[in-house]
Amino acid sequence: MTQKEIELILSRHLAEYLAMPIFIVDPGGDMVYYNESAEIILGFRYVETGAMPASEWSTIFNPVGLDGTPMEPEEHPLMIAIIEQHPAHKRFWIRGLDKNKRLLEVTAIPLIAQADRFLGAIAFFWEVPE
Amino acid sequence: MKVTLWGTRGSLASPGPDTLRYGGNTTCVSVEGSDGTLLVLDAGTGVRNLGQLLPPELDRVHILFTHLHMDHIEGLPFFSPLNNSDVTVTIFGPASTTLSLKRRVIRYLSPPLFPVNVRELLSDLRFFGLASHTIEIGEFTITAQLVIHYNPTLGYRIQGPNATLTFLPDHNPALGVESFPHSKEWTSGYDLAEGADLLIHDAQYTDEEYQTRVGFGHSSMSNAFRFAEFAGVKQLVPFHHDPTHSDDMLDRTFEDLYEEMAPQYEVTPGKQGLVFEM
Repeated sequence: MTQKEIELILSRHLAEYLAMPIFIVDPGGDMVYYNESAEIILGFRYVETGAMPASEWSTIFNPVGLDGTPMEPEEHPLMIAIIEQHPAHKRFWIRGLDKNKRLLEVTAIPLIAQADRFLGAIAFFWEVPE
Repeated sequence: MKVTLWGTRGSLASPGPDTLRYGGNTTCVSVEGSDGTLLVLDAGTGVRNLGQLLPPELDRVHILFTHLHMDHIEGLPFFSPLNNSDVTVTIFGPASTTLSLKRRVIRYLSPPLFPVNVRELLSDLRFFGLASHTIEIGEFTITAQLVIHYNPTLGYRIQGPNATLTFLPDHNPALGVESFPHSKEWTSGYDLAEGADLLIHDAQYTDEEYQTRVGFGHSSMSNAFRFAEFAGVKQLVPFHHDPTHSDDMLDRTFEDLYEEMAPQYEVTPGKQGLVFEM
């Protein structure tokens, strides 16, 4: 199948028009799209990287919990939304590719479509002012 | 397969002296297989004429709704097989987690909107919701996929023994896209239309009209041409004409577009009564 499901296409359209960083992952956790605001956090552009495997994006920022403990990939809200198929929210630290430390709030929502089709998840990021 | 256009108009039936050639009936297309399988794609006002011409020995009809807007379902109660106890009518349409397809159709087929209730119809009536499914009906393999329109809407790809038809009567794949088309992966309807022998596609608006109707769920004529080119189809049937468009206006607009866009595939504007044998 060449084409994405329509719900993913519409999610991408929404992400392109919104100003907050947004990540979209497929049912396997691979990142299929991130918007321009997310590019600032990631440090590279979607047109350059295309899709990104879960093993890559979930560790690339060195996420650290508020208590200073490194987060396992499956603790990331996006992965919780994928694995458990329910919404997840978390505040944690990352170190972006620009080497700056950022405090983020992340809300991830599973994308469950008509006829009980599980299509992945979408995550909204907020940078929390220190 | 034999494909017949019984209704080519979008939004509202528009009979009159200005629409005699393209037709005034709303969306309905029949697909007949060499094994006798009959598919009815949407049941706008055009479906009444189809019902009157069906052979009396017909015992099975499959209706595939793209969606439940009125211009696609309003002919349903006037489709004669529904009142024949010897006929099994199977209706497919977009699935919903909140209300079954049958209950949504009943919203129209019940008082006060319509005097006859579904349970009073004589045929053996069955309903199936589809989202992203492939089904086999007779000699046809039918793939349904949700596409961009206003409210959940299906497109269909119908693969017969010798040819493929794609039916996207209400479709705006250019919605939200700066430069259309931009990628196969992110274009609504691409998989359904790729390499089709015949693409029946929404072409409701002129470019000028489209500017003030973005978000209405319909394509401009030029975007229909672009989509057909992008998907590599062999023949495009621009379809779902706006009710305000007269025969003369459509003739002129399609001639201009043909000259401007120089399509590398055949273009046959959708006219009521047209038959395609493939």
